Amino acid sequence: MNDASPDTAPITPELVESHGLSETEYDKILEILGREPNITELGIFSVMWSEHCSYKSSKKWLKTLPTEAPWVICGPGENAGIIDIGDNQAVIFKMESHNHPSFIEPYQGAATGVGGILRDVFTMGARPIANLNSLRFGSPNHAKTRHLVSGVVAGIGGYGNCVGVPTVGGECTFHEAYDGNILVNAMTVGLADADNIFYSAASGIGNQIVYVGSKTGRDGIHGATMASTEFSEDSEAKRPTVQVGDPFTEKLLIEACLELMATDCIVAIQDMGAAGLTSSGFEMASKGGMGVELDLDQVPQREENMTAYEMMLSESQERMLMVLKPGSEDQARAVFEKWELDFAVVGTLTDTGHMVLRHGGEIVADLPIDPLALASPEYDETERPWTPTPVPDALNIDDVPAPNDPMVALERLLACPDLASKRWIWEQYDHMVMADTLGHGRPGGGAAMIRVHGTDKALAITTDCTPRYCKADPVEGGRQAVAEAWRNITATGARPLAITDCLNFGNPEKPDIMGQFVGCIDGMRDACETLNFPVVSGNVSLYNETQGTAVLPTPAIGGVGLIDDYTTAAAPIFAAEGETIVLIGDTDGHLGQSLYLREIIGQEIGSPPPVDLEAEKKNGDFVRQQIAGGTVGTCNDVSDGGVLVAIAEMAIKGGIGATVQVPDSGTPAHAWLFGEDQGRYVLTTDDADALLAAADVAGVPAMQIGITGGKGLSLLGGTKETALAALRAANEGWLPGYMGGV
Amino acid sequence: MKAKVHVTLKPGVLDPQGRAVLHALEALGFGGVDGVRQGKFIELDLKESDPKKAEAEVEDMCKKLLANTVIEDYRVDISEG
Amino acid sequence: MKAAVIVFPGSNCDRDVQVVLRESMGSEPLMVWHGDATLADVDLIVVPGGFSYGDYLRSGAMAAQSPVMKDVVAKAKKGVPVLGICNGFQVLTECGLLPGVLMLNAGLKFVCKDIHLRTEAADTPFTQGYDKGQVIRVPVAHHDGNYFTDDDTLKRLNDENRVAFRYVNADGQTSKEGGNGANPNGSMDDIAGIFSAARTVLGLMPHPERLSDPAMGGTDGRPMFDGLVQALG
Repeated sequence: MNDASPDTAPITPELVESHGLSETEYDKILEILGREPNITELGIFSVMWSEHCSYKSSKKWLKTLPTEAPWVICGPGENAGIIDIGDNQAVIFKMESHNHPSFIEPYQGAATGVGGILRDVFTMGARPIANLNSLRFGSPNHAKTRHLVSGVVAGIGGYGNCVGVPTVGGECTFHEAYDGNILVNAMTVGLADADNIFYSAASGIGNQIVYVGSKTGRDGIHGATMASTEFSEDSEAKRPTVQVGDPFTEKLLIEACLELMATDCIVAIQDMGAAGLTSSGFEMASKGGMGVELDLDQVPQREENMTAYEMMLSESQERMLMVLKPGSEDQARAVFEKWELDFAVVGTLTDTGHMVLRHGGEIVADLPIDPLALASPEYDETERPWTPTPVPDALNIDDVPAPNDPMVALERLLACPDLASKRWIWEQYDHMVMADTLGHGRPGGGAAMIRVHGTDKALAITTDCTPRYCKADPVEGGRQAVAEAWRNITATGARPLAITDCLNFGNPEKPDIMGQFVGCIDGMRDACETLNFPVVSGNVSLYNETQGTAVLPTPAIGGVGLIDDYTTAAAPIFAAEGETIVLIGDTDGHLGQSLYLREIIGQEIGSPPPVDLEAEKKNGDFVRQQIAGGTVGTCNDVSDGGVLVAIAEMAIKGGIGATVQVPDSGTPAHAWLFGEDQGRYVLTTDDADALLAAADVAGVPAMQIGITGGKGLSLLGGTKETALAALRAANEGWLPGYMGGV
Repeated sequence: MKAKVHVTLKPGVLDPQGRAVLHALEALGFGGVDGVRQGKFIELDLKESDPKKAEAEVEDMCKKLLANTVIEDYRVDISEG
Repeated sequence: MKAAVIVFPGSNCDRDVQVVLRESMGSEPLMVWHGDATLADVDLIVVPGGFSYGDYLRSGAMAAQSPVMKDVVAKAKKGVPVLGICNGFQVLTECGLLPGVLMLNAGLKFVCKDIHLRTEAADTPFTQGYDKGQVIRVPVAHHDGNYFTDDDTLKRLNDENRVAFRYVNADGQTSKEGGNGANPNGSMDDIAGIFSAARTVLGLMPHPERLSDPAMGGTDGRPMFDGLVQALG
């Protein structure tokens, strides 16, 4: 090694800065160590105190979210959240962002995003049973968008299809605010035995620490160091590369881990995600109040002459760290050898409270674990000041022009990028492997429905967020995102249980962006509390900004619900002719920030629809009861595009048309048809009298608005009927047409 | 010894990837391309030091695994270190 | 009837087919690890779908070389029925039990959707649960399902009535017959599945095991397994 090699480089102010550490933070390092760190130690501090690992800007606010309910087994803080679904079964789930890597290299970025979230779930003892993705791309007119869509979708499919976990849903919308920063948020849901869950807290002095999975290479080493040419003369060969996913190895890792978890060998287990060996080692030790000694010479390596710095910061994929019970090494090794995976004892647990790293026979780092973890920065309002988003002016309905023909407007809405069918995407995902995706719960409808294998239970799973609402009014937008997830689950007949969140925002150092963050959290908290829908896991992605342009505030919500008997579930698909269509919930005709306004009138103005959480809860609880009681045939929640879009979706999927009657309520017809008032459902019934009577008793607004039948959609008293075939063509045509030959 | 193995589709076998690349090149304004055929390149580090034996061994590998001779041709180049 | 399901590293439809076999047979199939040198005596061997060895190099190529496949080939040659689904079909062509090869889909993309198949031959244990000409709906989920073979082999497959299923539209027409868009992968002559010369090996790209339970939205796949149980005892 020459003088400039990473392990001996002198610590200069530039080097500290390039590691993203402030002067204050560096002073704290000197205080903790009582000496200067070496470069490996500096690297470790930098990743442990990075926004990504420390949540320093967001922690203060995340703590305000409700995280408890009787059915919550484990809330935020572990690899993923856990809820109880009865019969000694637990559902483990989380959503995570992989935004920046996906923009740089869409295929591998998205693929490794899927791989990472899968590991978060199976590391806790769950077999992954469903993947979902919340995707936000730039304007369809932007030169890069097509390429990014194509690559991200292929990457998600390439990884998920190979590991054999169905990709069953999610969302995909477009807005110019994402031109320079797409969002790729991946969610995994897994199923475990409630009495066989694995955590990351290490215990047992002298217990072995084992490394399993793929070998370590120089993948994705901390971005800050990438530009630091002073590190190395031959930097070309050592330059970090894009992380490449290996779904085949991941599949083997899933099977091997689950096989070992069925035995009694594991004390603690943690996947190596971002910041790899560093954060997993620290996490296990600090949670268990232990020390740890690692011998880096034992780490399986893919490349030659890797330094301690590189090994500790490598983000190579498909790796896990485990603490084994004494005497179980041989049994564990046999499992991993059967699955042809690397297995290496790389260290032991100690009582020193320090992380000590050895490399080439020398100690290359010695860091006190608790002081480093406890001193991890948490910014308050003086360090991360925020300004509330100004409340937008409400829109006057009378200022919004009516369309010449509502059915033409409907056709245009169904073909707009945000509402257009995403079949082109989900047909590239294996959404049926594992043979538990319910027929009516396949992608393209509302919430995905996944049977709990071998039982009558099913999970309803959804991802939701309406970023344009969050931009206009973060508090209301945060409320709406949670409420819509709750509503989507309710519309299947399932009980909403808990959420995971993936909070995507711009630069938190800007008070207005920080204000968006604080506002969205505030609204989410409100909704989670009222709907008893706690947050059990999540992830924050900040700095989604390019050249001063931030993404729309996008707190993506992943919701999970449970239905005890899947045969009673409702689908958003018309199933019979002659059924009465009933609208649940109040309609004021709210057009501010609506898709009608944006797509038909060309304006993004006004306030988003307010969410009345009490009404939301009352209406939803009523709908769920009616589905369980069998009075409801089919059900769809009303969201983007309003009532007519909700009905059209049900008609197109069912191949059964409808006649819709606009009530004489004083609300202009176009506002009634396209307004995005919250807390509403469209459902069908063959016993309208019973349903309406029950609604009356429950104090839930309900009205007959039409009848199913025929092969077209029409408005009573309106012009001619529009054929379902034409609506379907509009809805199905846009995305394949846009992607063309890609 | 090192072996470089080129695996290509046999003439006449449809190559949809090659065709897609051709279309993409045309779209970029490269009008001078008549055809594109896409294949695989595999590099092997061999213990064998005798070039003849090495070549025979790699030929065998190609027939058994590296190429599917129903649709693919292969070419083996053996070189020192 | 006794059945075995071969499990390779990267198989991922092994459990799906296990469930359907269990339902049809009323007993558990054997799950056989690819590294086993031999296979117990069974009445049916199933090579399931998935991404054996990640489908690296070529789909099914490395699985075809795994230890247990020697015995599978030997048993197949003695007449033990072998069913290869999706990746299993790819493995069976790579190990020579079936002619031809599954190439990259003409659309270059992975495709997962319900498609329609026309039963072209109902005189085998695999297809006796269907009528000749019967149109069934089952899903495909593959990246490399584009069947290709040389002209002589294709002629022989047709002459010997060895095409088991063709891709058709809901009305039973192949793309050649006017069933526009019926073929999801560009396969030669709209072939979705073929038999060996002895009609004891079937390879097909679609997944009958995925639509064998009403909860999944259809049961057209089930007669294949029920028919096998009936034929093989």
